[in-house]
Amino acid sequence: MADTVDGKKEEADYKRLHNFPLIRHTDMPEEMRVETMELCVTACEKFATNNESAAKMIKESMDKKFGSSWHVVIGEGFGFEITHEVKNLLYMFFGGSLAVCVWKCS
Amino acid sequence: MSVSYKVGTVKSKQSPNVNTQPKAPVVKGVKTTGKKKDEEEGIDTADGEEWMQGKTLVKPPDQLDLTEEELKEEITRVLTANNPNAPQNVVRYSFKEGCYKTIVFVDQMAIHFELEGNLVHKESDEGRRLMAKHTEREDCGGDERLENVPIKPGKREQKVTNQFNFIDRASQTLNNLPREISCQTEPPPRANFSATANQWEIYDFYVEELQRREKSKEKQESQFPNKEEDRSKKKMIQAEAQSDDISQLAKPAKIIERMVNQNIFDEVAQDFMYFEDAADEFRGEKGTLLPLWKFQYDKAKGLSVTALCWNHIYSDLFAVGLGSYEFTQQERGMLLFYTLKNPSFPEFIFNTDSGVMCVDIHEQLSYLVAVGLYDGCVSVYDLRKKSDQPMYNSIASSGKHTGAVWQVKWQKDDLDSNHNFFSVSTDGRVVSWTLVKHEIVFTDIIKLPPVDKVPDDLKNVVATAGTSLDFHKQKDHHFLVGTEAGKIHKGSKYYSSKFLEMYDAHFMTVSCVRWNPFHPNVFISCGWDWMVKIWDHTINSPVFTFELKSSVTDVAWSPYSSTVFAAVTADGKVHVFDLSINKYEALCQQKVVSKKTRLLHIEFNPVHPIIIVGDDRGRVISLKLSPNLRKKPKEKKGQELPKGPEVEIAKMEQLLSSLR
Repeated sequence: MADTVDGKKEEADYKRLHNFPLIRHTDMPEEMRVETMELCVTACEKFATNNESAAKMIKESMDKKFGSSWHVVIGEGFGFEITHEVKNLLYMFFGGSLAVCVWKCS
Repeated sequence: MSVSYKVGTVKSKQSPNVNTQPKAPVVKGVKTTGKKKDEEEGIDTADGEEWMQGKTLVKPPDQLDLTEEELKEEITRVLTANNPNAPQNVVRYSFKEGCYKTIVFVDQMAIHFELEGNLVHKESDEGRRLMAKHTEREDCGGDERLENVPIKPGKREQKVTNQFNFIDRASQTLNNLPREISCQTEPPPRANFSATANQWEIYDFYVEELQRREKSKEKQESQFPNKEEDRSKKKMIQAEAQSDDISQLAKPAKIIERMVNQNIFDEVAQDFMYFEDAADEFRGEKGTLLPLWKFQYDKAKGLSVTALCWNHIYSDLFAVGLGSYEFTQQERGMLLFYTLKNPSFPEFIFNTDSGVMCVDIHEQLSYLVAVGLYDGCVSVYDLRKKSDQPMYNSIASSGKHTGAVWQVKWQKDDLDSNHNFFSVSTDGRVVSWTLVKHEIVFTDIIKLPPVDKVPDDLKNVVATAGTSLDFHKQKDHHFLVGTEAGKIHKGSKYYSSKFLEMYDAHFMTVSCVRWNPFHPNVFISCGWDWMVKIWDHTINSPVFTFELKSSVTDVAWSPYSSTVFAAVTADGKVHVFDLSINKYEALCQQKVVSKKTRLLHIEFNPVHPIIIVGDDRGRVISLKLSPNLRKKPKEKKGQELPKGPEVEIAKMEQLLSSLR
């Protein structure tokens, strides 16, 4: 009983604790990375229920700022293999359960 | 227009004509006059034929057979102005109505003949213009002398240039051909990346990150004082990296400097490598010296070259010691290293407090340089170090010479594998110096015996100055010392009390003694008494004697032949001798410097056929020996010539035996 209670607490805990955006892999230059990360966080918070709109927002802003053509995937469970232009990839976690992958490939 | 058909038909009936065809009834618009002519022709020809054939009525086979009534019938023909060739029932598809529609009005005009005329209507624009021009020309032609002013304003609309005085010419320059050039830049590099985004992966990663952060927090608290150190270290590293950038230029800069020098002195370099004086064949025995590079250093201008030494391992590097021979003018000294690859600037520069008198480079370890100074010190420099200071210096140690050091010579490493060298100086002592760790230790070898002229009670005080020192090439323990008094002493390292032999060599100072590099018994000496003498050390008198017309400052054996040697004199001449060719005369006596400059030292390059001579203006001149001066003995046909030092020894032996 105690275990399950603890387990539940942990669950709630980690969601709270792991809420910060965490970069899993990137090869972007510093400035670009910071900007992109902030953009992703904003988009995900704005469209918390709709991944598609969040992705759309991210993709369109990236296209405007850094040139076409960007690709964005947001989700909680997916595997991928992509080809990206060097120094234009960002793969990060957010909100404890969301994974965002942003890359450029024309 | 109606034409009576009857006429036509009657005529054709009456005058049968083979030539004219009966006209088809559908003919329209035919002129009657044309027909009448035909009729007349028909009659003529018919007449012609009539009398021949008789009056028979020939009916053309396809003529219509008509009854009398039908013949008399009047048929009206209507001539219209329609074009018979124009299409009558043109149909066009109308998209509006979606069906074919006949076009009623069809163009009926048929153009038979067209000619463009050049008549212009009077009232039209062009006509008016032409009229104006026409009248203008008439007026101008007529009223030349009269006032042109009233005419001009009227005609100002158009200034037409006189066709006879002004001609328009135009031409088209060559147009360059257009060319297509296209280019494709390299596409930005791409890379593959793959990962899985699962809930557990995300969770794991977050947990890891939190742990990492905790650890770093702990470390930070403990390492807070160390942070500043790290910062300063970083700064240092950055500064070093910057200075490395500049010092990394040193090597390429050096290479470029040498390249530039080579380009400037390209002819000299070519001469050095390839030039062989062809005129030597015609000169008999004589040879010449071809001047190559001159080595000069600005700051060394006031000093004299006091020592020259070639490096044995790097055969293009040589050391120049600079100082002064004048007793009254003692200032500083310099040790310069030049390379033949860069004649403009020395490779290494060392400044010394007192004049350098002698230099020797170690045979095997060519970075060790021993230097003897005017104030009696000896120092050893290490060329690998970048500093200006010598590695060892005998200033502080006891046993330092009390007079100028005239000669230093490296020896083989002693039993403890320490480097050591010998020196001789004005105080008459021959001293051996050993490099032990950071010090230099002296050992007195022998003291030169006093000169006879010195009174007995002063013999201990007045020393015999030793001016030259040379060690035997094979028997290392034998050495020769030349003195200021003109005597040469042969000594041995094993006997410290006495000299083995003494030779009465010259009347004045012995400036140089050297053993022959090949023959074990022969040595050469030169002195300020104008003499160069060659000795066999077993005999007390010289084997050869040469008188050069001025005091001889230095002499050197050549490394390639046992019978060739060169001497320099104070009048600026270089004398080269080859005893196997000419025993009495020099093969070459050449003045290589301008007047009033004394030549002080000479050295042969161990590898290349060049010599360097130093003068009293701080200059070193390199000269190439012409082929005559480097002759090898002639090969006899069929006999292989043995090479090697034995040959040289044999050559010398031959000479000596001829004199005994």
